Formats: sequence, structure tokens, C-alpha cells
Amino acid sequence: MFSRAYRAAITLPPLLWVVLFLLAPYGLLFCYSFWSVSPAQTIVHSWTLDNYRELFRVNVYLQTLFRSMWIAARVMIFSLLLGYPLAYYLSFYAGPRKDLFYQLVIIPLWVSYLVRAYAWKTILGSDGVLNTLLQYVHLTKHPLEFLLYSPFAVVLTLTHIYTPFAVLPIYSALEHIPRNLVEASHDLGASPLQTFWRVIFPLSIPGVLAGATFAFVLSLGDFLAPLLLGGPSGIMISNIVVSLFGAAYNWPLGAAISLCMLILVVSLLFLSEKLEKKWSFR
Amino acid sequence: MATTTEPVVTSAQAGLQPLLAIRNVAKSFGKNPVLRDISLQIAEGEFLTILGESGSGKTTLLRIIAGFESADSGEILMEGERLDVLPPYRRRVNTVFQHYALFPHLTVEENVGYGLRVTKLPKTEIAGRVMEALAMVKMTAFARSKPAKISGGQQQRIALARALVNRPRLLLLDEPLSALDANLRRQMQVELKSLQREVGISFVFVTHDQEEAMVMSDRIALLRTGELEQVASPREIYSHPATAYTAQFIGHTNLLRGEIKSGIVRCNSLSWRVGLPEGPALFSLRPENIRIVTPATGSSDISVVTSRGKIQHQAFHGATELLQVVFNDGLTLSVRTATRENRQGDVQLEFSPADAVPVRESPEGG
Amino acid sequence: MSTARDTSRWLPWHAIVVFGFLYLPIVTLIVYSFNGSGVGGFPPHNLTLDWYRMLFADDAIWESVLNSVIVALAAMAISLTFGIPAALALDRANFPGKTLFRRLVLLPLILPGIITGLSLLMLFRAGDVKLSLLTIVLGHGTALISVATTEVFAGLQKLDRAQEEASLDLGANYWQTFWRVTIPNLRLSIIGAALLIFTLSMDEIAVSFFLIGRDNTLPLEIWGRLRRGITPEINAISSIIFVFSLIAIVSWYRLRMNTEKQGIAV
Repeated sequence: MFSRAYRAAITLPPLLWVVLFLLAPYGLLFCYSFWSVSPAQTIVHSWTLDNYRELFRVNVYLQTLFRSMWIAARVMIFSLLLGYPLAYYLSFYAGPRKDLFYQLVIIPLWVSYLVRAYAWKTILGSDGVLNTLLQYVHLTKHPLEFLLYSPFAVVLTLTHIYTPFAVLPIYSALEHIPRNLVEASHDLGASPLQTFWRVIFPLSIPGVLAGATFAFVLSLGDFLAPLLLGGPSGIMISNIVVSLFGAAYNWPLGAAISLCMLILVVSLLFLSEKLEKKWSFR
Repeated sequence: MATTTEPVVTSAQAGLQPLLAIRNVAKSFGKNPVLRDISLQIAEGEFLTILGESGSGKTTLLRIIAGFESADSGEILMEGERLDVLPPYRRRVNTVFQHYALFPHLTVEENVGYGLRVTKLPKTEIAGRVMEALAMVKMTAFARSKPAKISGGQQQRIALARALVNRPRLLLLDEPLSALDANLRRQMQVELKSLQREVGISFVFVTHDQEEAMVMSDRIALLRTGELEQVASPREIYSHPATAYTAQFIGHTNLLRGEIKSGIVRCNSLSWRVGLPEGPALFSLRPENIRIVTPATGSSDISVVTSRGKIQHQAFHGATELLQVVFNDGLTLSVRTATRENRQGDVQLEFSPADAVPVRESPEGG
Repeated sequence: MSTARDTSRWLPWHAIVVFGFLYLPIVTLIVYSFNGSGVGGFPPHNLTLDWYRMLFADDAIWESVLNSVIVALAAMAISLTFGIPAALALDRANFPGKTLFRRLVLLPLILPGIITGLSLLMLFRAGDVKLSLLTIVLGHGTALISVATTEVFAGLQKLDRAQEEASLDLGANYWQTFWRVTIPNLRLSIIGAALLIFTLSMDEIAVSFFLIGRDNTLPLEIWGRLRRGITPEINAISSIIFVFSLIAIVSWYRLRMNTEKQGIAV
């Protein structure tokens, strides 16, 4: 139905933009990762594998990567634990207030990341709201140090930020389950708990995978929460990259790490997509 | 308005406790009354159809029996014990859903075996019964398929097998044939009926299609805006409809409105003897009971009602045709006769008074 | 529908706890924006509007707000200009590399902002482009095309193809049909996307972090202040940001719901 000219007109402009501002930059990332920096702080455009060797040779990079993955994993798990029952409640129990609750879930999503991270900073500090509250009601005598400038603070803040990200796809998957399947399960003798594990949960797995992927991937690459709340023990891989592009001026090394992150993320996305397809019964 | 609630019980069933007794069940959704004071009994091994238009409450009644809705008042007893206090997963009742509700993530045999697995029967027994059920609905070849890969008619069979494999006391079917095309539907009606005979379980079948109800049922319960109009066998309900609504809903009919005086009813220019009290009366006359006659073929029985009219319209229905005949006084009658080309002009009609069945008025709405 | 009563009694409580977790920090933030004695400490006393007064006199903040608004509007323009055709292309055109194109367009949604930001930084370095509000605009525009594409694509699924066919049948050419039929039907999706893009751009910090020049956007201005020392003035501006985001998102949601309730092809 649509002429060639029409199809060219709608395809070419975005295609060009994408090539220029998405594909080319990734290409540059790739190139930079094989270059190096000279003592005079200039980029040397000769191709070398040094950066990658460095990544595996010096412990701190892999260590930080694994710590970041562990933080991301915890964020993912907590987001799912908090988010799944909430999505379930919304879909099956909320009734007429479903709409309102759904809005309540998406509102925090769109409130500035910075605002929310800052809020936790003011709450968790030694003079922060939580510590002074605990002392006020005589639950503690001294401020709890671990609350801020620790991996705990990072996990807490990121869970706060990414739980709504987990709720939405799970809610969507649950909403797509025809209610007559639940009735059929009851009709055949399964109790509500059995119905959940045999029918509802399996059919919601694509949503769970999507939510888990969001939470994990976005937490992994996060650098703002660690900067604000992580302290020295909460440094994540992206912070290293940031410093390599800043004070520790080594763009090529930073590019190498970024490229690894990009490949890791894309692989996870592929894997997640494959699994989602396997568990999708449309 | 009082409606018939006493079932017409055959002699074989008389004296036995009914399988299911529905007593004075009522249900409203918000301010909207959907079922008003329904009482009905279902016998062992019978095929009962709950027939009604959309909005009549038939699906709600079925869902109450299944346990997905609870009645506002009244009770349901199965073999003498309260059924309505049990949740659906504890009732010995299974349902075939309108859109089958097969589990998309399970294969056909896993679907069929679901109810057995849930009650934790041993695996070997499950496998055996599943195969048996699949054979009964002729779907053994599809055991490993997923529901998405089989046709609507096949899905319907699996839904049936999935319900029957649990050997329920009662099977509920919620308009299971409505999504099928006409030919497949007719075929499935016959199969369902013979399956029911074979298995011996009571079926409660819900439909809006009166033809379907007549083909399949031992008894029909006609539901209208939440009340039972009539509960009787198909032949009984067809030949002796209790109300105008029943007469018109099931099959075609002519409604003759008349006045009875001194044992004679006058309906426009027609009149015949009846043994009914004075006053206004309403009669149902089936189109096939009106005969077209010539002076040679007319009956010599003087009680026969006869009149002359003009053919206004001829509708071809294949084996038969439906004629609209108009009389001088404006009365129009539908007449069903064998097909013949191009009927025109005047005709002489006659019918026996016995075929004019007195019916109660059916007030509008509910 | 009658489902279990026993095992699920904890569900509403869980929901309350999670909603509490999601909202208490923000509520705390707002409460302490009125606190005379600083961002921490319990209980809050000394209630005052001083911080808000300080905020309104703070020129640097308002300059950054203005910058953010300009950037957001420009990013909106770019995202829509390229996102709408992208959605159309995904819906109705077939070309080699279509799958790759789709993935690339949607990637910035799920990719950590640092990668998008850094890769663009390298692009601008290579092109010898000085970092400024313009580079931020290009960054936001690129990252948010995916939002425009997703919203418009969803709207296209609800669009009645027959309407466009009718237009062509009646003699309009493709260009006319596009403006007279396609775009009006996508009106609500486009407005929704615009709202979303504007809000996201105003809040954006990860990508902006790397592309900032001399002029700050609001989030980066706040960020800079956080390094220097925290005062409830930051609570005040955060509270205002929250209120605006709230209004924007609820409006977007209402818009979405209206289109679905009316069942119109938008």
C-alpha cells in the first residue's frame, strides 16, 4: 500500500540519525579501546591490546566488576521480591482502585533519579533522619555508620529506584493472563496456592525476566548512586570509567571497560529475550 | 408471576433423591437482579439444558453451581449435602468453559491430567486415565501438542476430556459450541449427546440456541430475565408451551388473541369451541399445524377451523417454506408447508382446535 | 472473583509496605524542605519557608532551569522528528538491517546512561565539537528517540489502516494522507510521548554528565551543589521538581487512559 518514496521518506532520516549518533559512537568506542594514551596526555592512535591486558592483569578492575555484579544482583532480587507481590496485588486484588495504584507505581519512576538518591542521602547519614529518629526513640545510642557510604546504601537506593521498573512488566504479564484460566484451575480442584504455582507464575515469567533484566543491567552500569552514597567501599565499575575520563585521564582504558560493559549488557539482553520467548505461550 | 418449578420426572427417576437440588437461589449484581428465586432439580444421568437469551441469567446460574459466584440467598444441595458452602476446588463438579480456557503453557495431555495431578493421584494412574479420556474424545494423536497449535473444535474436545477425566458427579458446559461454525456445531451436538449417554454423568448445558437445546436435552429449563418460564422435555415444551414467551422463543408460532364467551373463543373471524372460563385468552398455533386445503382435500370434521386468506409472502427454507397469509380482518398467520413453486393468490386454510394451545401472557421485560 | 482469603491476607500489607518504601523518602524530602535546622535531624522543627525564599532568589538555579527547559524542548523536537518516522518505518517498511535498526533505536532505553554518554562524548571529540548545551540536546534527543518510537508505535497498532486506505482511495496522495489522517490519529500518542520526553529530559543526568559544557542544566546544577554542601534549599528545589513530575506523569497517564477508554485509533 505504501509507495517506495513514502517508505524511503520514513526510513532514511531516522536511519541516518541512528547511524551517526548511535552506531558511529559505538564504533568510536571500539576504536578507542584499542588505542592508548601517551605520557603527554594525548591519544596515540596505534592499535594495541594493552588496555585489555591491563583489565585482566590488574586486580582492581575485575574485583570492582564482580562487586558491581553482586550489587546489581542484590538489587535485582530485592526489586523482584518487593515488586512481584505488589504487581500481583494490583492485578488480582486491587479491583476498582487498580488504576489509582498503577499511577502510584509509575509516579516514582519518573521523579528525578537525583531527587530520590539525594533523599536517601539525607535519610541515611549519621546526622540523617533515620539515625536521629532511632536515637530519638532510644533504639540506638550512636549513629549507625553502615547506613551511608557503603554498598548497603547503594543497594538500598538502587532497589528504591528500580522496583517500579520491575513491577511494570510483571503487572503487564499478569494482566494478560485470562481470568478463566484461574477459574479453570479452581474448577479442576487446584487450591489458590496450587493455582499460583502451576498456572499464574509460569505464565508471568516473561514479565519477571524483563523486570529482572532492567533492574540488573541498569544497576550494573550505575555511577551516580555510588558517587553520592557508596563511599570507598561502594565503588562500582562505572565509577572507575568516570574517573578514567576525568582526573585519571585514560580514555582508551575507559573505552575498553565501557566496551566490555556494552558487550556484557547486550549479551544479557539477548539471553533474556531468548528465555522470554521460550516462556511465552502466545 | 408464579412459574413452573416442578420438573417433569420420568417414572424411572421418581422416588430417587435428585443429584442436584437448587433451592430459591437469588443473585443480584449491585442493584441489578440477575436471578430471582430459582428452584430446580437435576436428576442422575440426565442432560439438562438451561436455555435463555443473553441477560437471562443462565451463565450466572451455571457459575453459581460451579462456585465462581455465590448466591445472595438460597442453597444448593448435591446428594443431600450443601454444595454452595464449598469453594470450587472442593466440588465434585467440573466445567467446560465457553472459550475452553486451556492452559497455554501445558501440552494437551498435561492439560487433561491437570485435575488428577492436583489431587496427587499416582503417576501411572494419571497416565492411564488421561489416555482413556483422550481416546474418548478421539484426540489421542494430539497428546504432545500445545493448545495454540490445534483448532477450535479440537480445543473444545480437550476441554471436555480435561473435565471428564476427573469423573465429576456433574458436568457444566457454558455455551461450548458457540464459537464453532454451523456444520461442526451440529456434529458436536450429536457427539456430545452420545458421549453423555456413554459416560452416564449428568450434564448441565447452557445455550441461547433453542434448536441446539431441543436436539440435545432430556429436559429444557427456559430462563427469562432471572426466572424459570418452564422446565420440561423438548417435546413437551414445544407442543405445550406454558407462556407466550416460551411459544415464541422455541420454534415459530402464531399467537392468537381472542375472547371466550360461553365456551366459544372468538379470534377475529375465527372461532372454535373450548372448555375454558370466560374472558380474554391467548393461544399458540404452530405454523406446521395449519394446512392448506382445497375443497377436495379439506377435512369433513366440523370442529376444524377454516378460513380463506391471501398469500402475502413466501419464504423458502429448503425442505419447507413459510407463507404469510393475510385475512380480510387483518389477521396474519404464518403457515409452514412443503415447498412448492410460486404460490400466489387466495388459499383455504384449516387447523384443528386441539393444536391451538392456550398460553399465559408474558409481560414485557421483567 | 472468589479467590483465597487466607494465604493472601498479607498481600495488602505488603503493598502498603512497598508503597511506603517508595514514597517515604520523597515525603521526608518535602517535609525537611520546611525544616529550619537542616536536612537531617529528627524531629523536624523550626518550620520555615526560608529555604524556598532562598531558592527563588537563587539566580544560578533559575538559569539552569531555563537551560533545562530549552534543552528539553529542543530534545523533544529532535526525538519526535526522528522518532515518529522510525515508528512508521518499523510498522510499515521492510529493509535490510531492520532488526538491527530496531534494536539500536530501543537500546538507549535499557543501556546504562554512561555508555550512551561516553560514546557520544567520543563522537564530539572526534568531530572537534565543543561541549555545550547543544551537545546535551543531541545527547538527550538521541537517547529519547526510543521513547517517541515506542509510544508512537503503540499508537500505530491501534490505528485503523482502513482510514489511510480510504484517504488514498479518495484521491489524497501519501504526503496529504500523512498530515490529514495519520498524524491526527496519532495525536494523543504524540502528545503523550512529548510529555514523557520533556519530563525525562528535565530530569536527565547520566548522559548529561559527560556532555556538559559551560552551562548547567538543572540536575547538574543540583549535582554541583551536592559536592559543595547540602542545604534544605536542595530539598526545596527537589520538592518543586517532584510536584511538576507528578503533574506531568498523571496527565500523561490520563491521556493514555482516555484514548483506550474511547477506543479511538490514536
